[in-house]
Amino acid sequence: MSIGAPLPHESAALHVLGQARYIDDIPTPAGTLHLAFGLSGIAHGTISRIDLGAVRAAPGVVAVLTAADLAFANDVGPAMPDEPLLATGMVHYAGQPLFLVVAQSHLAARKAARLGAIDYAELPAILTIDQALAAGSRYERGPLVWASGDAGAAIGAAAHRIEGVFETGAQEHFYLEGQAALALPGEDGMVVHASSQHPSEVQHKVAAALGVPLHAVRIEVRRMGGGFGGKESQGNALAVACAVAARATGRPCKMRYDRDDDMAITGKRHDFRISYRAGFDADGRIAGVEFSHFVRCGWSQDLSLPVADRAMLHADNAYCIPAMRIESHRLRTHTQSATAFRGFGGPQGMIGIERVMEHAAHQLGIDPLELRRRNFYAEAGGASAPPSPPEGISAKKTQCTHYGQEVVDFELGAIVAELERTADLASRQREIAAWNRRNRSLKRGIALTPVKFGISFTLTHLNQAGALVQVYTDGSVGLSHGGTEMGQGLHRKIGQVAAAAFGIDVAAVRVEATDTGKVPNTSATAASSGTDLNGMAVQAACDTIRARIAAHLAAGAGLDPKEVHFEAGRVFAGASDMAFAEAVAAAYQARVSLSATGFYATPELDWDRVAGRGRPFYYFAYGAAVTEVVIDTLTGENRILRADIVHDAGASLNPAIDIGQIEGGYVQGAGWLTTEELVWDEAGRLLTHAPSTYKIPAASDRPGVFNVALWPGRNRVASIHRSKAVGEPPLMLAISVHQALGAACAACGPHWHGLAAPATPEAVLAAVARAGRA
Amino acid sequence: MTEPARPPLYAASGGGADAGMAKTAAGEPMQITFLLNGETTTLELADPGTTVLDWLREERGLTGSKEACREGDCGACTVLLTDAAGSHAINACITLMPQLHGKALRTIEGIGTAASPHPVQTALIDLHGSQCGFCTPGIAMALAAAHLNGESDHDEALAGNLCRCTGYAPIIRAAEAAAAAPVPDRMREDAVLVHSAWAEHPLAEGAAGCFPETADALAAWLLAHPQTVLVAGGTDLGLGITKALKPLGEAVFLHRCADLQTITEAGGLMRIGAAVSIAALAAALAGPHPAFAALLKRFASPQIRAMATLGGNIANGSPIADAPPALIALGARLQLRRGAARREMPLEDFYLGYRSQDRAAGEFIEAVSFPARAPGLRVYKLSKRHDQDISALTAAFNLTEKAGRISAARIAFGGMAAVPKRARALEAALIGRRLEEATLATLAPLLAQDFAPISDLRASAAYRMQAAQNLVIRYARDLAGEAVQLRAVAP
Repeated sequence: MSIGAPLPHESAALHVLGQARYIDDIPTPAGTLHLAFGLSGIAHGTISRIDLGAVRAAPGVVAVLTAADLAFANDVGPAMPDEPLLATGMVHYAGQPLFLVVAQSHLAARKAARLGAIDYAELPAILTIDQALAAGSRYERGPLVWASGDAGAAIGAAAHRIEGVFETGAQEHFYLEGQAALALPGEDGMVVHASSQHPSEVQHKVAAALGVPLHAVRIEVRRMGGGFGGKESQGNALAVACAVAARATGRPCKMRYDRDDDMAITGKRHDFRISYRAGFDADGRIAGVEFSHFVRCGWSQDLSLPVADRAMLHADNAYCIPAMRIESHRLRTHTQSATAFRGFGGPQGMIGIERVMEHAAHQLGIDPLELRRRNFYAEAGGASAPPSPPEGISAKKTQCTHYGQEVVDFELGAIVAELERTADLASRQREIAAWNRRNRSLKRGIALTPVKFGISFTLTHLNQAGALVQVYTDGSVGLSHGGTEMGQGLHRKIGQVAAAAFGIDVAAVRVEATDTGKVPNTSATAASSGTDLNGMAVQAACDTIRARIAAHLAAGAGLDPKEVHFEAGRVFAGASDMAFAEAVAAAYQARVSLSATGFYATPELDWDRVAGRGRPFYYFAYGAAVTEVVIDTLTGENRILRADIVHDAGASLNPAIDIGQIEGGYVQGAGWLTTEELVWDEAGRLLTHAPSTYKIPAASDRPGVFNVALWPGRNRVASIHRSKAVGEPPLMLAISVHQALGAACAACGPHWHGLAAPATPEAVLAAVARAGRA
Repeated sequence: MTEPARPPLYAASGGGADAGMAKTAAGEPMQITFLLNGETTTLELADPGTTVLDWLREERGLTGSKEACREGDCGACTVLLTDAAGSHAINACITLMPQLHGKALRTIEGIGTAASPHPVQTALIDLHGSQCGFCTPGIAMALAAAHLNGESDHDEALAGNLCRCTGYAPIIRAAEAAAAAPVPDRMREDAVLVHSAWAEHPLAEGAAGCFPETADALAAWLLAHPQTVLVAGGTDLGLGITKALKPLGEAVFLHRCADLQTITEAGGLMRIGAAVSIAALAAALAGPHPAFAALLKRFASPQIRAMATLGGNIANGSPIADAPPALIALGARLQLRRGAARREMPLEDFYLGYRSQDRAAGEFIEAVSFPARAPGLRVYKLSKRHDQDISALTAAFNLTEKAGRISAARIAFGGMAAVPKRARALEAALIGRRLEEATLATLAPLLAQDFAPISDLRASAAYRMQAAQNLVIRYARDLAGEAVQLRAVAP
């Protein structure tokens, strides 16, 4: 049985040998041309003069295109047509593509792209949240407001009140493979190899740019060298540029961003300012909370609205909050267009309520975990006995989130209890407190934070997937589905699903490159949904073929098709059994179709995003982490010492891959909250545009002790083999890193530390000073 | 024996063969010879500014080595370079082709095959060390280099390799699993071949003008050609080519200049040749100057340290260079040479202003010397990330006590001024005082007289000043034996 087996990534052998091909590794036909964008040097203004003479005259340059050369759509925006491929007179951010160089080599294109002579009439740039608020620069007409209960009244009447404001930083994806695309013009259409999480959208954008129907454009994605949301929409520009240039020249065109260009051009995680006001009763139960989210969205809308929505949807995290009001301000700024990034707003929403809990625990003098537990949603019960929930909650028949979705699968009480035990939390807290009394320069801190993350696209129609499964006469299986492989192990898991359906070894199953010509109209591989959606679609296709084979064999043997079984590479029909390949060959001889499509649409979803009411999520994924850190109180330097995680991946399809997602997500989240700091100058130019200046975690930044366990549960809803999505949720386990750093700062004095994010050494030193201020 | 199947890169494309390209003294294309995955390879370089990574990927079709940053900061391009001094992981993306001359290069394609993988490759598969796979060839090369050299600190081996997917845990597990496996024969081949290959195939004489073999030859060349660019490790110079897109210009490559790579000790002084690599320097300092050696373990990454030289780090003149504050605190003296003329100066006097040094046309750094013992030396580097980061500031303290009083004080900072600079006001105030925390804490604010740091992307001016003063306190606590090292704490 392949389900649940800890098999390696399907391309692992190719990866380690250097034989896995990414876009830039694909051998190109003779005459292939290479592209580079000329970029804006200012953040906001109009182009008063553009002289590309030197660009055209540069060695190796074949063509130079501007917006005026684009015969059809000049747009690469995923949600709104507000994102021109090439600027049309206005410049909206420093780094915006203005013109396109087509040259004989990558280097020739890059060199020429710097030779544009451009004069601007500069306009004031709106760069910060405050500037955007002052200018009324926003998407949608005003803030989106969701309210459940009367939060203001509840807070006003509460025994304890806290309020505060803090900011979370932006985050660069830093996928190791930069954005890349290769367009091959054909006799009647265009084939584009794209490093994209969303081939169908690339197909749409390319077709619109070429003025051709969708059937004339085929997009292929073998693999990405990392995505993390950064290739959901940000690769559109390269694919369209390549297609347009290939059309113009009749030659294959390839484009890959140099890293500095990549970081200057593409969007990042949204930075947020979150202000909060909350009321608690004398026992530490939350009465109500008000949040304001100020979201820096950048120059175009991109995916900012659903990102900001998801932040609002995670403002409760694990807590049953009687009254909540959230205002979400989606601010338009003259900076890169912030975009999808693992968690998609969830991390920002979640860290808001976790900050409230941390702050309240400090003010009320209650142990942070105890305070959290008192406010948890009531346990759904089941395999593990729930802890005693607060009476007011357990007495309720139903419990709903602030957006009205009933929470029926809550299990953090049990997960946290298990984690407390395995992480030895209580005795370590005592030991750390004693250690801190003995040490002046260094202080340690420890914190536990929970994660409850909603699974489904909040744009409900995206929750669909298709698959094409083809069984060959030798018993091997080739399959295609709508998901893309970016390292998350999707293709391996899907292969396991298909192998299980036919009772064959995974080695007999090949998952083909994602191809819009095989499975059409796909959703982005995003929202952690790749396996949930495509796994079900593949399962459906496999079931169809299996039923046909079973029907054929059953008819021959005078059996009910239900009596035909597929397992261990063989097919059992009554008394006889045969190899799977023999059964397939027999079906072929009998003219039985051995290929089928499969389709899946997530059931039971019902969501009104403007009202903020309904059931946006099919289910929730849960997990919790304990992190221990040490800080240097003289310099603010800090380090993670140990992390313990219990995470629910349902009935895991592949525990090795799921643990890999948890470890990787945690460290990526830790980077967001510690070393990764994006800095723009006063003119709006990004100063941190390469790994020399933007610091993602290195090997020695991972926890030295790193214990990850999967929660032994099954999904309560009928997901693929009762597994749970695991792509995004673990990133938010890293909120425990920030809170552990906060705990270490709190060991430096009695006052509220107000630690900022990211917790750079400078931020930690400032928090240490606040904690200990006289 | 292989010859390039196609003409050299960029010769026809116009992409890099600009005016000012390096040529031999005779004005001919530069010829180099090296081993590529065990095969002798001789090339004529139309553009000596071509990077090894571009040549591998675009000219040879060896696409296993990846480009992810093109600035030596991510390690996706890691390859193995072997010379008489040993085998090291290096960054192909900022190494220039002439730097291979006379050496052996091994790439991911040359360490294992599907039928016979390297032990680290096997372990990476079995222990789930790859996800997206893009960093994986570089990771495998860095681990294979450490495996070959018997290095067991895997965090250190991987300090120059970024992975965005795995969180590193499975990679480290793979490194541990592979540690006990024997080194495959092919990994040892280069060290043998690099000694024997040139006997059969002598290195081209035409390249001599570009590859001086002695300091005398270099001095003579520079006197006649004072505008020549010196390529030692090239780890910063490479960025001028890969990022600023500048042509290399007329250049000489120093890696065959053996007498610039010597480390000697005499009369209580260590003398470090200017072309000694940071890796070699760190090894030499482990005994005499453990604090300095520890700092050098945070000097960029293993890949960079294998190539970068002490002379380059000094001559580069960056105010945030890692080595100069420690050297200045040690009282290092710089030996400069122009033709046959030599002069010597305290290192701090070499720095005249931002990126401006007291070096005449045709003059080069020959060596640096400093005391072989300094028990009071401590060096602290502050950066956002511990490994492979550029400092916000670096502090080096070297106080000497006599009869319970501070008798000599040398304190230098990087990142606090336009040049690496001594804290003269603080130094002066310390003389004659007791070396104790209360004294140092009281005097630390004098740093405000010595420095007026700036705010930039790495830190604010206020943080720099506060942290600098706090490091004075840390120094006192450190000498007193108090726990001050974050990395020494265990959970």
